[in-house]
Amino acid sequence: MIAIEHYVVLSAVIFLVGGFGFLVRRNVLVALMSIEVMLNACNLALVALNRSRLGAIGQSGFAGGNHTGQVFAFFVIAAEAAEVAVGLAIVLAFYRLRSTVRSDDADLLKN
Amino acid sequence: MISLAVAYFYGCALAAIAGSIAVVVSRNPTRAAMGLLLLVISVAGLFLPLHAQFLAAIQLIVYAGAIVVLLLFVIMMLGPDAVAPSDRRGLVVRAVGGTLFVVGGIAALAVAIRVLTEAHRPLPSPVPQPGFGGIDSFGSILFTDAVVPLELSAALLLVAVVGVVAVARGHVRSTRGALRDPPRSPPSTSGALRDPPRSPPSTSGALRDPPSRVPGAATEGRTS
Repeated sequence: MIAIEHYVVLSAVIFLVGGFGFLVRRNVLVALMSIEVMLNACNLALVALNRSRLGAIGQSGFAGGNHTGQVFAFFVIAAEAAEVAVGLAIVLAFYRLRSTVRSDDADLLKN
Repeated sequence: MISLAVAYFYGCALAAIAGSIAVVVSRNPTRAAMGLLLLVISVAGLFLPLHAQFLAAIQLIVYAGAIVVLLLFVIMMLGPDAVAPSDRRGLVVRAVGGTLFVVGGIAALAVAIRVLTEAHRPLPSPVPQPGFGGIDSFGSILFTDAVVPLELSAALLLVAVVGVVAVARGHVRSTRGALRDPPRSPPSTSGALRDPPRSPPSTSGALRDPPSRVPGAATEGRTS
């Protein structure tokens, strides 16, 4: 049996890698994927902490345990799907405007 | 003797870290998408010993089946332009910012680990009831306790679909001009072709000229 802290530390490490990629890379597609890496790390932490807090607190649906973290991770996945779709549409519109995917070239509001 | 559960955890953890590093360092976005796929599959594998079977299935279906495929579609559509050309400008600032973020995160993590180990209160891991995390319990919670966010997420996805269609379709210049004009004509010639039918009445009345010219000039200035 693996202790829950291992999962939390692993999710922190993955989050740090994703945040580093979001800050350093300037390809818009890679920045979008780094956001997904970070959200995956969040999901892992949510599910792991749900595993350690199983005591049912006012759950009406299922008496066998508290699913709050897992339900939260489920909605994170749903929001993530919407975010990726909208982000890719914005990338396409940006590419149509500038013929590049470098985020440095997105300077229409600069001057 | 290392147990099977420990070996499974560390295998999945190494695959997840390798996938996330591949996302960050690879120059080609296709390889980054493959790294994301590796990360997603190994995180789904990590969900299984945490008694989140339904969430593991959802992770595989939504991430590996929809999001990564959507990313690959866009990468293939952009073709070789998906690889941003190498440019050294601003690299130092970016690297310093990223390093500061990682150093701060590692420091916070070290402090948290130290406090937790000094407190000697490990996170409990009680044995769940059978059926925990399965599709029965998850579905019953989604339709009782979490029914409002479920419906709101449905609305969110609908709005996202409409927004994607509106954004990815391209900028429609104006509702009157875009329906009449061919979409890919150069702006100067289309303006010149559209102006002569309107110019003969404008020569007679000089006072009516500026308001009739203003929409044409505005669209011309925006498209150029």
